[in-house]
Amino acid sequence: MSAFVVLKAGVLATLQDQGRFGVAHLGLTQGGPADYASYRIADLLLQNPNPSCQIEVSVGGFSLLALTDTVFCVTGAAMPLTVNGQPKRLWRTHRIKKDDVLELGFARSGLRCYLAVAGGFKLPKDFGSNSTVLREKIGGIGGAALEPGQFLPAVSVYRPLLWALPEKLWPDYSAPLQLGLLHGYQQHWFDESQWQQLYSTDYQVSALYDRMGYRLQGEPLLYQPRALLSEGICYGAVQLPPDGLPIVLLNDRQTLGGYPKPGVVLARDAAALAQCQQGHPIRFYPVSPEQLETEQRQQSRYWAELAMEFRSLV
Amino acid sequence: MIQLELAGENALILYLPAEISAQNLSQLQQLQQQIRSLLDEQLQELLPSYASLLIVLKAPHKGLLAIKTMLEQQLVLCAASTEPQGQLLILPVYYHNAWDLDHVADKAGLTAEQVIELHQAEEYRVYAIGFAPGFAYLGELNARLATARLKSPRAKVPKGAVAIADRQTAVYPACSPGGWNILGLCPTPLFEPANAGTAKPLMPFAVGDRVRFQSISKDEFFALGGQLPQELR
Repeated sequence: MSAFVVLKAGVLATLQDQGRFGVAHLGLTQGGPADYASYRIADLLLQNPNPSCQIEVSVGGFSLLALTDTVFCVTGAAMPLTVNGQPKRLWRTHRIKKDDVLELGFARSGLRCYLAVAGGFKLPKDFGSNSTVLREKIGGIGGAALEPGQFLPAVSVYRPLLWALPEKLWPDYSAPLQLGLLHGYQQHWFDESQWQQLYSTDYQVSALYDRMGYRLQGEPLLYQPRALLSEGICYGAVQLPPDGLPIVLLNDRQTLGGYPKPGVVLARDAAALAQCQQGHPIRFYPVSPEQLETEQRQQSRYWAELAMEFRSLV
Repeated sequence: MIQLELAGENALILYLPAEISAQNLSQLQQLQQQIRSLLDEQLQELLPSYASLLIVLKAPHKGLLAIKTMLEQQLVLCAASTEPQGQLLILPVYYHNAWDLDHVADKAGLTAEQVIELHQAEEYRVYAIGFAPGFAYLGELNARLATARLKSPRAKVPKGAVAIADRQTAVYPACSPGGWNILGLCPTPLFEPANAGTAKPLMPFAVGDRVRFQSISKDEFFALGGQLPQELR
């Protein structure tokens, strides 16, 4: 067993594993890492064989005390990382010793980072998952964000090698974001001029963004409102309320909703959106079902081959 | 007629005619069985609502378009109007005018007693579960009671609040924000996460079940384990 104690909880830190599945019919949302790519890279770097329970630190200001020797890594938003005050790099694994203090400052670029440990944090699960959904008061510890003083046990595993993701593969969170949109749901409610407007509008992330969804601002896309019975909402679905401002629905979205949806953002792009803050420039581009299949093949290859790019550290 | 649309990188949504009907409920139940047997281990979520069924697949899969075509060819729609399968659940309600009972009565030109009478008279169906864990959309409310949602939602609706919106009624399983018109409180727990992994159900109902409300007194409410929210203490 390895273990940690939370010293500072910062703005918002929650325990997240891959998410909660197979329970949407009970009204339970998916949860899970808002930026799945960074989360997954953390597990790959640590050689955790399965998706582990990690800490998602939003904005920053988080600190942990190690009670045992182990290995950890931080991926995602560029938050200054220190161990006992010494700066350390993100996107690589580090050894940490008993009584070491690990600290994350505030994000300079991006919004959320993933603090993962060898073997993963080990806590009781709710409905098969540790993912914290604050609104549902489910997962994590008592369904809430982490608090100072909390004890976090982890599975103890031996990791003789340290690994790093080469800098050329680090994501650039400051670049304008393009969201690939797969047409679906109420796609037939929208005509050519409306699609043109959607794809030519420069949007920005509005002040309303969280793990539930990102509301965009820009030229409103107006349409004739029609009644729609509430229906199941998928990860990445773009909801268009009568005010014409799109909302991209993410991990903690409501399970059912009744606003029209022209389509769904690719999972990869939805994860990148979760690293954006207010004012970030956003555009949509169309993805055909055929392109989706090519895209999915490329994605599986990317993930299968990524670990081969890792640099071994002595 | 069945219509399928893409609903995500790994998801399809199946649509029936856009209406609130027992026919849709029963057909969605049959379609869920068929989809479970056709997709089996490939299924991640199956989420029914009034006239739709969200089908989420585990990745990687055979390709969304191939699965869409397969479902279009294989799914059978039963034309016979069968009754949806479901059990009857009686939910006790301590009706109270601390919230919107008088407002609903005024709008409908009825007395509060008549509103309570009409709310209890109907046998409702669970058409969908969502919004929050254990929140069941029950329909259809007597047209005379149909009341629009509050203009501005309450920040805090008490746990167990029995409420109405348009021609739907529901019970809030936990304290949450909400814009429905509150008629009273139900002491029955509707979502018990502690029962996960035990033989006891998480929720007393499932989509397709029937629900009736039954008026109880304040004493009965307490005897059934009900607790008054702050504003009534």
